[in-house]
Amino acid sequence: MNEAFDPARWRPAAFLPEKDARDGALIFVVAVLCFLACLTGLGVLAADRAAGGWSSQLAGEATVIVRAKGGETPDAAAARAAEALAGVAGVTEARALEPQKAYDLVRPWLGDVADLEDLPVPRLVAVTLDARTPAKAPALTNALQAQGLDAVVDDHSVWLRDIERAAGVVRWTGAVVFLLIAGAAGAVVAFATRAGLAARRDVVEVLHLSGAEDGFIAGLFQGRFAQVAGIAGLLGAVAAAGLGAILRLAGGHQGLTPALPIAWGDLLAVLPCPLIAALVAAAAARLTASALIREMQ
Amino acid sequence: MSRNPNAAAAIDSAAEEVVRFDDVSMRYGRGPEVLRDLTFALAPGSFHFVTGPSGAGKSSLLKLVYLAARPSKGLIHLFGEDLSRATARTRPHLRRRIGVVFQDLLLLDHLSTFDNAAVPLRLSGRRPAEYRNDVAELLRWVGLGERMQSMPATLAGGEKQRLAIARAVVNRPEILLADEPTGNVDHEMALKIYRLFVELNRLGTTVLIATHDQDMVARSGRPVLHLEDGRLSALPPQGPAQP
Repeated sequence: MNEAFDPARWRPAAFLPEKDARDGALIFVVAVLCFLACLTGLGVLAADRAAGGWSSQLAGEATVIVRAKGGETPDAAAARAAEALAGVAGVTEARALEPQKAYDLVRPWLGDVADLEDLPVPRLVAVTLDARTPAKAPALTNALQAQGLDAVVDDHSVWLRDIERAAGVVRWTGAVVFLLIAGAAGAVVAFATRAGLAARRDVVEVLHLSGAEDGFIAGLFQGRFAQVAGIAGLLGAVAAAGLGAILRLAGGHQGLTPALPIAWGDLLAVLPCPLIAALVAAAAARLTASALIREMQ
Repeated sequence: MSRNPNAAAAIDSAAEEVVRFDDVSMRYGRGPEVLRDLTFALAPGSFHFVTGPSGAGKSSLLKLVYLAARPSKGLIHLFGEDLSRATARTRPHLRRRIGVVFQDLLLLDHLSTFDNAAVPLRLSGRRPAEYRNDVAELLRWVGLGERMQSMPATLAGGEKQRLAIARAVVNRPEILLADEPTGNVDHEMALKIYRLFVELNRLGTTVLIATHDQDMVARSGRPVLHLEDGRLSALPPQGPAQP
């Protein structure tokens, strides 16, 4: 085999081993952390969408309680109220609910009364507000008063404040968890890179003492570990996107559950992961290589 | 401004010498001094041994010359350049003018014999076509012509030693440093390696060898830098190299 060696056909081998037994462990660890970071990112996006949904659902609706007065029947008063509200700017739809809805609301207090229809139970009007320029409660009240109706407008503002506060907590908690996991992933990438590079101290030493410039040595390790971490980041991102897709498919159009709605577009959020992993590893490798070289000066 | 004649003489002298130590001491970190007040110079084309018991500072002295350590006191001139003024940019260029046979050889286990020997030439920025025949010729010269594709792990001790020497001299360094180059080989191989150094020295390379091998030192008749407890106890004769 050696006799056949022809120097004219020699091509320089890479200064760093093209494959290293330690690469497998590094790729596994980085891929798992990138997977967790991506999954958390998807969870944060879904939680953000869910929290936004709660607020907009409440903000987009109002309920009007209409009491009949004079000789008017409750159903007629409700119908007039719906008609008056439908004409208000910022109202998409106003619909008088069936009397049964009102009876269902009072039944827990009155029990199964036989002639509930004979009682003056107020009627309900459900108002759907324009999402962009919703009508305010005073405008709705004015419209009802103009028609001489005895009505109370509930724009859910009491609940909305609590829901928005809860949604804010969900968003911030998700963001903090994501940052912690992404930070931990970055730290592990950096430490794993440092450990991998320290194991190749011999290469640093030989190149350094043979006259290689510091930037050249750092660049070798930077490129190598960026490549390994990039591959690992890609594996983690693909796995997280795959799981996200399964959750999206398993849960129908709203994701796994309405409480955690994942959109197809959310899956694109994992795209920067390989690049970020590669950049973190490259920076860690450069810093570590430079520190090793400084020790050798 | 008046010129100090002694200082001027020292500068002129340093410019003519490959290595010059002026009152050099060295310590690792905050530890005790391992080298103390060394003053000597090596002329171009000279051949010296560095001897002394274990821990006397032989390896540390070589490290100072191949820029792997810095003195805690004193001045070192290498190829006429004051190392205290050398920068991160100029140090690699100085290192390329030095060949080193490390005590633990430092062969890269994932590179073939040929690739290991070619490392300094690749770092010099030359194209492979310019030097690959030279590398092959050198490997044949050190007796590794049949092992060019072999990995270091498959080489015998003497072969590894010769590969390390080949790598050290492949870019025709102006000075060759060797730290215990015959420490792990038998007497016959030690003689072969010594003859190799002599041959390189005849070609003009300044040679400085740290060794325990008193027998080789005595028979060579070469000047000796003898270290005891970090101090030079015998100064080398100055002047042209002995053939």
